[in-house]
Amino acid sequence: MSTRPFEIQEVHQGRLQSPFHPRLAELDTLNTWHTWKGYTSADALYCEDLEYFAIRNATAVFDLTPMTKYRISGPDALDYLNRLVTRDMAKIKPGRVAYAVWCDDQGQVIDDGTIFHLREGEYRLCSQERHFAWLQAATIGFDVTVEHETENVAALAVQGPTSYSTLSAMGLDLAELKPFGLTHVDFEGSEMMVSRTGFTGDLGYELWIEPGKAIALWDALFDAGKLFGIRAIGTHALEQSRIEAGFLAAYMEFLPADETIRSGRSRSPLELGLDWLVDFKKPNFNGRRALAEEQRRGSTWRLVKLDIDGNKPANHSYIFAKSKNNKSEIGFITSASWSPVCKQNIALGTVRTPHGKPGDSLWVEIYYQREMHWNRKMAHATVVDKPFWFPPRRSATPPGPF
Amino acid sequence: MTDTWDAIIVGAGHNGLVCAALLAKAGRKVLVLEANEQVGGAAITRDFADGFSVSACAHLLYQLQPAVRKDLGLKPRLASDDLKTIALAEDGEHLHLSNRTVKGVSSTDAVEYRQFRKRMTRFADLLTTYLNKPPPRLGTKNPRDIMTLAQLGFDLRRLGRDEMREFLRLIGMNIYDEVTERFDSGLLKGAICLDAVLGTHLGPRSPNTIMTYLYRQAGGHGKCAQPVGGMGAVSDELAHVARSAGATIRTSVPVSRIVVENGRISGVETAGGENIRCMTVISNADPKQTVMELVGARHFETGFARRITHLRARGNAAKLHLALDGLPEIAGLSKKDFGQRLVIAPDENYVERAFNPAKYGKTSPEPVIEITFPSLSDPALAPTGHHVMSAVVQYAPYALREGWSDAASEAFKATVLGTIARYAPGIEARVMASELLTPADIEREFHMSGGHWHHAELTLDQFLFVRPVNGAAQYSLPLDGLYLCGAGTHPGGGISGAAGRNAARAILQREKAA
Amino acid sequence: MKTYDAIVVGAGHNGLTTAAFLARAGLDVVCVEKNDYIGGAAVSRNLYKDWTYSNCSYVCSLLRPEIFRALELHKHGLQITPYGGSVTFLENGDYYGSYHDEEVAYREMARFSRHDADAYKSYSADTMRQCRFIREFLLSTAPDPTSFKPGDIRELVKIGKKFTEMGEDRMYETIRFWTMSVAEYLDEYYETDVIKASFSGSGIIGTALGIHSPGTAYVLLHHYMGEVDGNVGSWGFARGGMGAVSKSIASAFQAAGGEIRTEAGVDKIIVRNGKATGVALENGDEIEGRLVVSAMDVKRTFLNCMDEKDLPEAFHRRVKNFKIRGSSGKLNIALDGLPTFPALPKGSSLMHSDMHFIDSMERMELAYDDWKDGHWSEDPYVDMLIPTLNDPTMAPPGKHFMSCFVQYCPHQIEGRRWTSEERDAFGKTVIDQIAKYSPDFKDLILHAEVRTPQDIEDEIGITEGNIFHGELTMDQLLFNRPVPGYAQYRSPVEGLYMCGSSTHPGGGVMAAPGANAAREILKDLKRSNTVPENFGDD
Repeated sequence: MSTRPFEIQEVHQGRLQSPFHPRLAELDTLNTWHTWKGYTSADALYCEDLEYFAIRNATAVFDLTPMTKYRISGPDALDYLNRLVTRDMAKIKPGRVAYAVWCDDQGQVIDDGTIFHLREGEYRLCSQERHFAWLQAATIGFDVTVEHETENVAALAVQGPTSYSTLSAMGLDLAELKPFGLTHVDFEGSEMMVSRTGFTGDLGYELWIEPGKAIALWDALFDAGKLFGIRAIGTHALEQSRIEAGFLAAYMEFLPADETIRSGRSRSPLELGLDWLVDFKKPNFNGRRALAEEQRRGSTWRLVKLDIDGNKPANHSYIFAKSKNNKSEIGFITSASWSPVCKQNIALGTVRTPHGKPGDSLWVEIYYQREMHWNRKMAHATVVDKPFWFPPRRSATPPGPF
Repeated sequence: MTDTWDAIIVGAGHNGLVCAALLAKAGRKVLVLEANEQVGGAAITRDFADGFSVSACAHLLYQLQPAVRKDLGLKPRLASDDLKTIALAEDGEHLHLSNRTVKGVSSTDAVEYRQFRKRMTRFADLLTTYLNKPPPRLGTKNPRDIMTLAQLGFDLRRLGRDEMREFLRLIGMNIYDEVTERFDSGLLKGAICLDAVLGTHLGPRSPNTIMTYLYRQAGGHGKCAQPVGGMGAVSDELAHVARSAGATIRTSVPVSRIVVENGRISGVETAGGENIRCMTVISNADPKQTVMELVGARHFETGFARRITHLRARGNAAKLHLALDGLPEIAGLSKKDFGQRLVIAPDENYVERAFNPAKYGKTSPEPVIEITFPSLSDPALAPTGHHVMSAVVQYAPYALREGWSDAASEAFKATVLGTIARYAPGIEARVMASELLTPADIEREFHMSGGHWHHAELTLDQFLFVRPVNGAAQYSLPLDGLYLCGAGTHPGGGISGAAGRNAARAILQREKAA
Repeated sequence: MKTYDAIVVGAGHNGLTTAAFLARAGLDVVCVEKNDYIGGAAVSRNLYKDWTYSNCSYVCSLLRPEIFRALELHKHGLQITPYGGSVTFLENGDYYGSYHDEEVAYREMARFSRHDADAYKSYSADTMRQCRFIREFLLSTAPDPTSFKPGDIRELVKIGKKFTEMGEDRMYETIRFWTMSVAEYLDEYYETDVIKASFSGSGIIGTALGIHSPGTAYVLLHHYMGEVDGNVGSWGFARGGMGAVSKSIASAFQAAGGEIRTEAGVDKIIVRNGKATGVALENGDEIEGRLVVSAMDVKRTFLNCMDEKDLPEAFHRRVKNFKIRGSSGKLNIALDGLPTFPALPKGSSLMHSDMHFIDSMERMELAYDDWKDGHWSEDPYVDMLIPTLNDPTMAPPGKHFMSCFVQYCPHQIEGRRWTSEERDAFGKTVIDQIAKYSPDFKDLILHAEVRTPQDIEDEIGITEGNIFHGELTMDQLLFNRPVPGYAQYRSPVEGLYMCGSSTHPGGGVMAAPGANAAREILKDLKRSNTVPENFGDD
């Protein structure tokens, strides 16, 4: 065809920009960007360390627009979700949010994410990865609609001890909003969803709004936050706080099962310490048979939170059961960081059972570089049960002013 | 309320009946529910015109497994046995093929045919052993599975080195290459190709058609027979055996739903609103219908439900029934010959060309046809002096692009009649009544998804360990209490009873293990 | 008269590879070639002014990196440059592009279907799992399942182990993958016709099968398992055309002391007392050798260059029935400038990619139906590339070379030789198809070479001009290739070996058959092995 009969919507060849990008770009002095699901996303805007303390000390704002979002609605929406995820969604009433994990038939985790029960029978599923094909396949036999809405919703995480004060200053009444609760408010004539959720393990909220109001929201937020130390942050600071909170990340603590090539590279929820998310009382959900079988015969892997001696971050380290006999490793570190707020050397890792019970003593082989030269060190590590950072303000309702 | 039944079988097709009879013989209380008025599913005899009756779907008996006959003591009365295949030529120079020999071809072809048949028979015999067992699971530590796999390896080796190599080479190959390598006679090649593709969505050039050819030979070496009273008589005998063993069979009771409670099967609900509780339900319906309609995909896991939707069952075989006021004239055929199996497949390319349109949702302008005149050996099927013609016609795709309207059906009927008339001029004048069952009609009347007589395409990717799909190849579905026993399971369709027998054995073994 | 340690018949890339590894083991090797140029089907030819045509094979991905490295081909002038992407033009004026960048590729797919864009990841993982399974066996000899020899049993156990390691469910998926058609395989992932059509091409290139023929999912793999610098599935150009591959291997061979004789077509392989002792050339000369290795396809080797009486009857029959089917043609075109494709945006990177002009699965299958009837496809599947956009050495500045691979094109027309009118008509079919999407294309054509399978057979010597030296169907793969019982590079005649693409693992400019053959020969001679092992993947 020598002429075009219709206008083709050419795909954008470079990175996409979120509706908040103009504001982020203004604040960005480092110019270090990476790609997040095709979007431009900042590693850090002005200083990684200071951005981290905005999360723990003031109000940190993170652009999470690139998060994958789906709208799930229809008469069978609840039944559909209940078959999809391992936890019991019937317990999640409208106005509540659930952290959930979903598996393939083999009981291996495809992804984790949050499910927002927006209104009776209407949900938003939010995840790191894209799963439209799987979510569509899961609709077979249900009267339910799944729509992709990543581009239709702009979202900001507003996290930190003064986040409540900031949002209050913006005129929002969130005193009664409990952790994992959501509410709809009016923002300049548009409906904005506010949820008390986040990826930092601190007091915090997430704001969801139509893209056209994104800039106005940003400006209103930063105006209100001026007195409360509001700062925009990049991914690196968020990552540090995520490990402190003991949250899992796809491609770090697990791989989406449908993308693994080699056998044994995927993980079940039981192996990720998510037993509490698996409700065997539900008669049927994806992976139920396999997980019941796994529960009967025991899991192969266990996710551990490690408190490691010393201060050398244990990235990419092997984990051993004994300090001397380091011939056969029992696992490896998946995420590691120095925790500035806990002054602890922390990490998440995966080890073979029966190792890794809370309280177990393990050893981590750390490589670190000092002035070009590499050093090796066996560091003692203790398996801990609770998140490294869990301040009371995270769950206080109403939250305090700071 | 206590359960009255040990098992309910949904559908009284021949596999359902075999399964019912074997379970009943093992002392189980079995209830069989059949939607139609008659038992037999696709193996029935019914009227299609005043005074004329016919085996409405399957019309030749060639696969009824010796193991099934033996276990159930079946002794079907045959009106004719060991039918010859006559490959029709327009010029009257037909070929007469028997199981071992062929007449009407060059001496090299005749010798090659004998060798070809000898080898195919040998391979089919090897296959037969495994068609009559539940397929083993791979990668398990179950001793029975390991034994079956080891036995398979051993049996392959026992063929001898050269024959084993030949088996491994041929099993994935197409029939077209094999016949063109061996034979000169187009009629001979065409007739063999027809046997390989009948009932499938494959052409002779499609790899895999040697396997389908072997499948046809398994159990009876492809020898065709016609039961007295048509195929319904076989079903009636099966029903009789099942009832004698204590099974209850209710007809005209369509099951509308297989009921799931608390993640397991708890019974069935009939179209009449009756609820019958039972912790074991065995579906003789095809896997798609069972999972998607009777149970509901929501009761399965997503990966499994997706596999079932990907299961291919695209029927291509139509059935033509003619009520004739007398036998037609076919040059070169004696009256006795009309009692044989007549095939229109003049050469291998003709068969492939007939397949081409089926790929695009169109019918063959020159179809491949397998014709019988059952009333010749079984006069009760037609009024005195009159005859019944029963023909399987390919290709008539289930998913006809224009849809199977009455007009489309009539047009295809005319095409088929026209093709037959090229060999039997004037046959149109003898037709008193006619009936064409398209795959859409077959789906409707016999409740088979896609009108496919194997319930699911018989190809290597839907065979043995992976039939109908991964995770359901051992007759039990991933839903406690639910089983399959129909043609959609290993080994496949045809009036063989193997699936029903294997299912019964698998269910009993499972009970024992539990 | 001199007696060589080994005579290799045919200086294609496999023959040269065997020759090079044998020479490196210290053997005195001669490689004889019927044409006046080396390379077989991996050649760069000057057929029009200053244009260089890769006039047979045209892209490179399968060439095993282990062989590249062992023969130090970079020192002998070989440089492989990766290129990315493909585009399929739709009849409605749109196009579907497959981009190198993952995110752009995603967005383009999502332009047609969000479902398909998201399905790509699991499709890719599932396909790559199969690649990984087979890649391990490319540089090894296929074990004979009927044998009780320790070597065969060891290999069989290794395959069995790799297979069971996958776990039960993936074992079943593997069985399905190896037996299903590419169309059905794609149906399990995608819903968009043009996306399926665009992927399906790899399932039928070079084969006499249609996209709906069972077994074609494997053929897809054959085009995916290659790599460039560890990027599995990517394709590259040999700088200077495909002849650079052969030339570099030849140079490695000569550096090891090997001798190449061109214009030395072999008339007969000489067998005395049941043993191959040399070759008789077409010009009447004879060359003596302690062993003979044929890089020709099996049909040409055993049916044309040997006496039937020297071969076991069963073997002869199997070779006669070995399927080598001409199904692909080629157009090589010198262009006065770069043609434009108005459907594409200005400056689109897709200009550098493979271009296709069939946008539906139905058209793909219809193209096959024509071939079955003994004709070229009226609406063929064309894999078109303009290598000069990546490799400036192949045409004068501003001018371009276009390579069009065409599926399907029969070896003969209804069983008889092509007439020159038919060849022209075939060329016109292809040019017209491209011109539908590029209005200025025809005016830019300076010269076009049209090659039917018949032409390729006549010139290169490959039976029916089949690019793989034999169909890649299950009955001709692994231990069945080329003939069951003779799948380990040894022929039934003592001292006669096979090293061409008719042997495991088959065709494509991979050089693995040549390397594997050399390893088996050296084993028989009890010489130390010069052939590298698989790099491995874990």
